[in-house]
Amino acid sequence: MLHITDLHATVADKPILKGLSLTINAGEIHAIMGPNGAGKSTLGYTLGGRPGYDVTSGTVAFAGQDLLALAPHERAAAGLFLGFQYPVEIPGVSMVQFLRESLNAQRKARGEASLSGGAFLKLAREAAALLKLDPEMLKRPVNVGFSGGEKKRAEMVQMGILDPKLAILDETDSGLDIDALKVCGEGINAIMRRPDKAVLLITHYQRLLDYVRPDFVHVLAGGRIVRSGGAELARDLEDHGYEALA
Amino acid sequence: MTALPTRHDEAWRYADIAALPALWPITPEVIVVAPGDSASRTWVIERAAVHDIAITLGAGAQMTVHVLNAARGYGRLALRVTLGAGAQFDLGAAQIAGGDQTVEIVTEVIHAEPDASSRQVVRQVLAGRASGNYLGRVVVARGANGSDGSQSIRAMLLDRGASANARPELEIHADDVKCAHGCAIGELDADGLFYLASRGLPPAAAKALMLQAFLAEAFVGADDEATLMAAALTALEDLL
Repeated sequence: MLHITDLHATVADKPILKGLSLTINAGEIHAIMGPNGAGKSTLGYTLGGRPGYDVTSGTVAFAGQDLLALAPHERAAAGLFLGFQYPVEIPGVSMVQFLRESLNAQRKARGEASLSGGAFLKLAREAAALLKLDPEMLKRPVNVGFSGGEKKRAEMVQMGILDPKLAILDETDSGLDIDALKVCGEGINAIMRRPDKAVLLITHYQRLLDYVRPDFVHVLAGGRIVRSGGAELARDLEDHGYEALA
Repeated sequence: MTALPTRHDEAWRYADIAALPALWPITPEVIVVAPGDSASRTWVIERAAVHDIAITLGAGAQMTVHVLNAARGYGRLALRVTLGAGAQFDLGAAQIAGGDQTVEIVTEVIHAEPDASSRQVVRQVLAGRASGNYLGRVVVARGANGSDGSQSIRAMLLDRGASANARPELEIHADDVKCAHGCAIGELDADGLFYLASRGLPPAAAKALMLQAFLAEAFVGADDEATLMAAALTALEDLL
């Protein structure tokens, strides 16, 4: 589903990703771990197409398309979802309006019919219930006045509504208490643990992986993947630290 | 008004003087709201026009004014408002312009007697080489204690060549007065735009959504809020 080959990327002319290669197949959940400054968030933003994150060489194929040739909104329509570490607050724009317009823009780009208001609300309520988020919060302005945990759960609700092929989740576990972590973990499994979908979890800590068991774990250091293994690698990292293993 | 104004006249300093001969002379409009009464009025300016309006609110009277100034050409609305004791005046205005158009709102609100309140909210979206101006003067007369005036002026510039002039001005001759004004000129938040794009919104739709939220503050409480917003969105479409 996603093939990253020898990816180099810079932020403000500073090289951050230095030859990263990674293949994610449908049905797989991958976790990328690594110390601060390793390039984890840069990988997420580069794949999402954020302005200021410049690819200097390498290729990324996603679902048979050249991902790097697509604008951010086209990447979303192609089935990519980027869960933000710091979801952006947008005063004045209601969550419901934003998500309905987003979903319908994606559907239009894929040549599918728009969803009616009623059908959309049903979908939104189901996704909110799955993540135990009060559906009333969806009437509020995007992320405004949400606690850290609510923002992360709202990201997962967005993922449930938009139904992507591949979710890249950047530090979804940060700012979550134990209960919210469990809810988010279960939400990720329910929405994304399917034969035709895949997940790339970007995380510092092993704790989210107790709930979302990865098939593969990779250690990112100095802009490259320096070690890969199964779920047990995350436990080893937790016990021994990055330096010993990477 | 008979003689054509010039730029030396403070209230016409940023005006499109060259457009004036075709619009001159103008007929001032007078609105009087009797003591205790309430009134509301909406101006939607879509063609070149100069409006000059004098409003007098009697004691305890209320008036709400909403404006959408999206003139193709020079659009100007000047309001001179005189408030009696305890009167209340609210203005919510949006200006949208592109190309090399000039749009402007000029207000003078006079708190002539005690305990009156005035509230002005102006939002501008400017693209191309357009110029959007707001000159707002609040005068609190001697003895008009308990006056409460506020101005909130914000402009969003979509292109490098666009400009906004915002000049709030307070002239206070009484002691016990509450007057506040805030003014900001900025660009659309890049982080917000990327966030919206990452969910699938094309750039024009993402900008329109953020600008709609920005402009909505000007139309809050209008009887025809939905109509005003629809007209504003039509004007925005041409800029994006």
